[in-house]
Amino acid sequence: MEKIKTLQELDRLRQSILAGQKPEALQVTVCGGTGCLSNGSEQVAAAFVGEMQKQGLNGRVSLKKTGCHGFCERGPLVTLHPSEVFYQRVSEKDVAEIVAESLIGGKVVERLLYTDPQTEEKITHHDEIPFYKHQIRIALRNNGRIDPTDIGDYIARGGYAGLAKALTSMTPEEIIAAVEKSGLRGRGGGGFPAGRKWRSCHDAHGDVRYVVCNGDEGDPGAFMDRSIMEGDPHSVIEGMIIGAFAIGSHQGFIYVRNEYPLAVKNLGIALEQARGYGFLGRNILHSGFDFDVRINRGGGAFVCGESSALMASLEGRAGEPRAKYIHTVERGLHDKPTNLNNVETWANVPEIITRGAEWFASLGTAGSKGTKVFSLVGKVKNTGLVEVPMGITLRDIIYKIGGGILKDRDFKAVQTGGPSGGCIPKSLIDMPVDFDELTKAGSMMGSGGMIVMDDTDCMVDVAKYFTKFLEEESCGKCTPCREGMRRMKEVLIDITEGRGTEGSIALLEELAEAIALGSLCALGSTAANPVLSTLRYFRDEYEAHIQEKRCPAGVCKELILYSILEDLCTGCHRCFRECPQQAVSGEAKKPHRIDSAKCIKCGICYDVCKFDAVVKK
Amino acid sequence: MELKKVDEIIDKYNADKGGLIGIFQDIQQEFRYLPREAILRVVERLAIPLTQAYTVATFYKSFSLVPRGEHEIHVCLGTACHLRGGQRLVENFERTLSVPAGETTKDMKFTLETVNCLGACALAPLVRVDQKNYGKMTADRISKIIKEYRPDGEGKSHGEN
Repeated sequence: MEKIKTLQELDRLRQSILAGQKPEALQVTVCGGTGCLSNGSEQVAAAFVGEMQKQGLNGRVSLKKTGCHGFCERGPLVTLHPSEVFYQRVSEKDVAEIVAESLIGGKVVERLLYTDPQTEEKITHHDEIPFYKHQIRIALRNNGRIDPTDIGDYIARGGYAGLAKALTSMTPEEIIAAVEKSGLRGRGGGGFPAGRKWRSCHDAHGDVRYVVCNGDEGDPGAFMDRSIMEGDPHSVIEGMIIGAFAIGSHQGFIYVRNEYPLAVKNLGIALEQARGYGFLGRNILHSGFDFDVRINRGGGAFVCGESSALMASLEGRAGEPRAKYIHTVERGLHDKPTNLNNVETWANVPEIITRGAEWFASLGTAGSKGTKVFSLVGKVKNTGLVEVPMGITLRDIIYKIGGGILKDRDFKAVQTGGPSGGCIPKSLIDMPVDFDELTKAGSMMGSGGMIVMDDTDCMVDVAKYFTKFLEEESCGKCTPCREGMRRMKEVLIDITEGRGTEGSIALLEELAEAIALGSLCALGSTAANPVLSTLRYFRDEYEAHIQEKRCPAGVCKELILYSILEDLCTGCHRCFRECPQQAVSGEAKKPHRIDSAKCIKCGICYDVCKFDAVVKK
Repeated sequence: MELKKVDEIIDKYNADKGGLIGIFQDIQQEFRYLPREAILRVVERLAIPLTQAYTVATFYKSFSLVPRGEHEIHVCLGTACHLRGGQRLVENFERTLSVPAGETTKDMKFTLETVNCLGACALAPLVRVDQKNYGKMTADRISKIIKEYRPDGEGKSHGEN
C-alpha cells in the first residue's frame, strides 16, 4: 500500500477505486449489523456465495457485507444494486429465488418486499420506505453502504477528503472556527458545543495533549455508537485525526465498551488500514503532523461514560469521576489537556469540514444544529436507528418513521436521554426534538435513546427500573448518590409491591433534591430525573399504586393476578403444559383456569397463549 | 497455575499500567476469572500497588474473583428488553437453573448474569449465551436453550417429562 501524500493523490486513488467498482455492475449487499447477524445474515451471505456460483453468476455479481442499515426490526436486510431493490426478513431459503428471479431474471420477488403497515402497499426501493424516506443521514452516511473492513469503500464515498482538506489547506485555527460555526454540540449526552471544547483544549497550557473518543455507550436502549463503530469506523477515525490536528495532539484513544466485540475488531482493522495509507502515523499527508490512535476496552461500568471517570479508566484505575473545578480540557488524561468527544460527534466532523460549516448549520434549530441519530426502540413498529434533523417532532419520529405503536395500542410516553433522562407524555407529542426543548420538558437528549411506551407499560415500574439501574451503577464516591439512590429504590419497590404510604411521594421528592444537590458528576445530579419526570406527568399512576394498591398498566407483579378469559380460551392445553407450577387446570377443548394460590406469576402462560386469553389484572 | 499465559498477556500490552483493564479482560477470558496468582503477577510486572489491582478487579462488572461457568448466560435488561419482559426472563432462568443472577450453577456449566444493554434492541427481549444471541426470547424457550448446552441435565418443565 502506497502512502498518500497529497490531495491529488487521494483524488487519483478514489478515481481508480471508483473505476474498478463500475456503478452499473450488479451488487448484493447483506447487512452485517448485530441485529441482522443475530437473525442469520451470515448464513444468508454464505447462501448467496453458493447460489451465485451454482447458477453461473460467478464473478459477474459482487457481494458486500455492510454494517448496520438501521432497520433492525426487518432484518436480515438485503439490497440489490444498482436497482436499489430492498428485501427484508430474508432467510437462507429465499436466496436461490432472489438469485434466479432478480439477479438473473431482473424481476422483483414480491413476497420479500417491505409492506407499509399503514397503506398495506408493497414498497420496492430502499429510499421509498417511510423508515428511510424521512431521514437525513450525516453521521450514518456510509452505514449499510460500505464494507467497514475495506478502506477503499470509504475512500470511494469521499472518505478522508475532509482530512486532506484540513491538513493541506486549513490552519488549526480555521478548523476550530469551522466547528464552532457549524454549531455542532456533543452527541454523547451533555450537548456541550464541540468547537468551544476544542478551543479550550487547544489554548490550555502544556506540550502534550490527548484526544479521546468515547465509545462507552452505556445508555440502555441506545446503539448508534455501536453501529457507527462497527459499520463505518473510518468516519470516527478521520474525525479524530482532524480534531487532533486542530488541537495539537499526537495521541488519541478510543474507549469502547467490552460488550461490543465487533466494534473493537472493525476499529482495529480500520486503524491498520489507515496507517497503511499514511492517514495515521508520522508525517500524515506530508503535512509534518504525527498522530496515532489506540483502542482501549471498557470493563462494564456505566459511570465510565463520564469523561473524568473514562480517563481514570484509561489510566488503568477504577472509573470514579472527580470534581471538575479544573476541566478535563485543561487537565484530563495523565493530567494533560484532553479533548473528549463521543463517537457520533467525531463522525460528523469530516462532513463539516468537507461540506462546510454553513451547510451543517443550515440543518436543525436555532440552538441545535445538524442531525441526531436516535435509536427508536420499545413499543414501536419499526425499531431501529434513525437520523433526523434536529427540530423534527416526536410525532413524526414515532409515527412517520417508526410506523406507529406496536399492535396499534395507545401511545403513552417516550423515554429519552438514557437512565438520567425522563419520560415525555402523549400531550407533548408535537414538541420539536432538540437539546433545549427536551430539557424544558424535564428530560434530555442524552445519547439519543428513544424508548416508546404504550398503555401496558407502568410508569412507576419504569422509574423503579432506572432508579435500580443508577443505584447499581453509582460508583459510590458521593454519599447522597450512593445512599440516596438506594433509599429511593426501596421506596419505589414498596410502592410497586403495595406498601406505599401517604408520605412516599413527598419522600421521593425530598430525596431527589438532595441527590441532585449533593453529587459530583452528572450521573448523580441527574439520577432523580426518571422519578421526577414520571411524577410530573404520571402522578395519578403513583397514586393508584399507593392508595388503591392497583397497577393500572398490569405490570407490577405483586398487584396483579393472572386469569384466563373463558370466551377466548380454546382449551388448546398449551398453558397447561408449560406452567411450571401446575397452576393451570382444565380439560382439552374446554376453557382453562388458573389457581392463583399456586401461581408464581412467571408469565409463561401469558407468553405462550396464541389467543390472548390470558390476562393480567 | 499457568503463569506463562499471564506473562504473554502482559507482554502484549508492553506491561503498560494504562493497559491494566485490557490485561484483566484477557486474563478473565483465558481463565474465566482472575486467579489470585495472576493478579499478583500483574501487580509485580506493572509495578502497581496490590490495592489498585483489587480496586479495578472489583469495580468493573466484567471481572470475577471466582471461577465462572463454562457458558455465560447474559439476560439483557436494557430498557427495551425490560419493557418486553426481560425481568421475567431473569426470574425464569433463576428458577430453571436454581441459581440467583450473578452466580454459577453447581456443575460449573452456567453463570447467569444480567447485562445493562447489548445494543440489539430490535431483538428485545434478548438473551446471549456466550457469543450467540437469542432474540425475541420467551420464557417457554428457556429449557430448550439450556438443553442445547447441557444435553442430559436438569432444566425441564413438567410438560416435557
